[in-house]
Amino acid sequence: MFSRAYRAAITVPPLVWVSVFLFVPYLLMFCYSFWSVSDSGAIIHSWNLDNYHELLTKPVYWQTLLRSMWIAARVTFFSMLLGYPLAYFLSFHAGGKKDLYYQLVIIPLWVSYLVRAYAWKTILGTDGVLNTSLQYLHLASHPLDFLLYSPFAVVLTLTHIYTPFTFLPIYASLEHIPRNLVEASHDLGATPQQTFWRIIFPLSIPGVLAGATFAFVLSLGDFLAPLLLGGPSGIMISNIVVSLFGAAYNWPLGAAISLCMLALVLVLILFSERLEKKWSFS
Amino acid sequence: MKATHNPRWLTFHALLVFAFLYLPIAVLVLYSFNGPGVGGFPPRDLTLNWYRILFNDAPIWDSVLNSLLVATVAMLIALLFGTPAALALDRAQFPGKALFRRLVLLPLILPGIITGLSLLMLFRIAKVNSSLVTIILGHGTALISVATTEVFAGLQKLNRAQEEASLDLGATYWQTFWRITVPNLKLSIIGAALLIFTLSMDEIAVSFFLIGRDNTLPLEIWGRLRRGITPEINAISTIIFMFSLIAIVVWYRLRTRAEATPESSI
Repeated sequence: MFSRAYRAAITVPPLVWVSVFLFVPYLLMFCYSFWSVSDSGAIIHSWNLDNYHELLTKPVYWQTLLRSMWIAARVTFFSMLLGYPLAYFLSFHAGGKKDLYYQLVIIPLWVSYLVRAYAWKTILGTDGVLNTSLQYLHLASHPLDFLLYSPFAVVLTLTHIYTPFTFLPIYASLEHIPRNLVEASHDLGATPQQTFWRIIFPLSIPGVLAGATFAFVLSLGDFLAPLLLGGPSGIMISNIVVSLFGAAYNWPLGAAISLCMLALVLVLILFSERLEKKWSFS
Repeated sequence: MKATHNPRWLTFHALLVFAFLYLPIAVLVLYSFNGPGVGGFPPRDLTLNWYRILFNDAPIWDSVLNSLLVATVAMLIALLFGTPAALALDRAQFPGKALFRRLVLLPLILPGIITGLSLLMLFRIAKVNSSLVTIILGHGTALISVATTEVFAGLQKLNRAQEEASLDLGATYWQTFWRITVPNLKLSIIGAALLIFTLSMDEIAVSFFLIGRDNTLPLEIWGRLRRGITPEINAISTIIFMFSLIAIVVWYRLRTRAEATPESSI
């Protein structure tokens, strides 16, 4: 029903914009990762695999990548632990207050990421809110200094930030479960536990996968929370990239690491999409 | 009839999660009134002094204006290209459509650092100096994904018969687009605009790499955090949080009012 001119008018402008500002930049990143940098700081446009060789042979890179993945995995796990039961509670037991509770989960998302990370810093610091409260209540005689500047602080902050993000897709998938399936299971004599594990949980798996992918990928690439709260032991892979693009001035190596991250992220997304399709209910 | 049980721990767990989600926000707001500064328990010498200092702090307000400018233009760019992108994904067939869909939506899930750095490389090659313009281009590009998802979701609910009728009755595509398609998508477009605006006001990972001489608000805050913390940051965050709350309420009322009016009325 739509003419060629109409279809061209809606297709060409976004296509051009996306090509120039997304496709070309990713392509450039790809090219950069095979180049190198001279002692004087100029980019040498000769193609080789040196950057990738360095990534594989120098332990600091893959160790930091592994640590970042471990931090991201913990964030994903804890966001699930907080987000799933909350979504289940809202979807099945909140009654008329459902909308209100839903808004209450969304509202923290409107507080700037940076500000929330900063708030945790003021809570966890040596003379921060938590330590001074503990001393005030005589629960501790001296400040606990392991709270801030540690992977723990990074995991806690990122969990705080990504719990609502994992909640959303899980809640959406729970809301889509036909309620008569749940009732049928009950009428046929299943216990609530059986109904949950045999009916509700399997049908919510697409939401779980979407939420987990989101939390894992976004916390894997984070560099601000580690800078603000991580200290030396909380350094993540993106912090290395930031320094390579800044003071260390080795863009090609930084591009190679970014590209590895990009590849990892794409594989994860494709994998989770495939699983979601397998588990989707239709 | 209740087909699922509601063990008490579930309610308790929900309470705990809400406490966890709101604790930092409560601390943030509370300590913006704390006389001696951030930290220390209990809060004491409650004062509006930090707000007074904030209102006389010119660099912060410059950065707020910069952020408002960036968010407005980025929102326009994202809508201008994201809305047709959603239409194209919905109703046009062209080679590379699958790749196009993936590319458009990628910044939604990609860590900001990758989008930021790849754009930095583009601007370096094109010899464009970093400034608010590069930040606007960065935000606009990254947030096209939001406009596209929102409008695409709206299109799935759109009744195509209206557009067909309009075309059959002799209206041009242009007229049909403005008189039928856009009004039907109004709610999705407004929702996308609000969301894009807020996300841009908040954005830091992409801006981090594209910043020139002028700071946006998050980058101004970031610069100050590196130097030490003052309740001024709590104060400005509290003010922005209040504005966000107002935006949510406005959006919520718009939506409930739109849902209350019957869909079929043209």
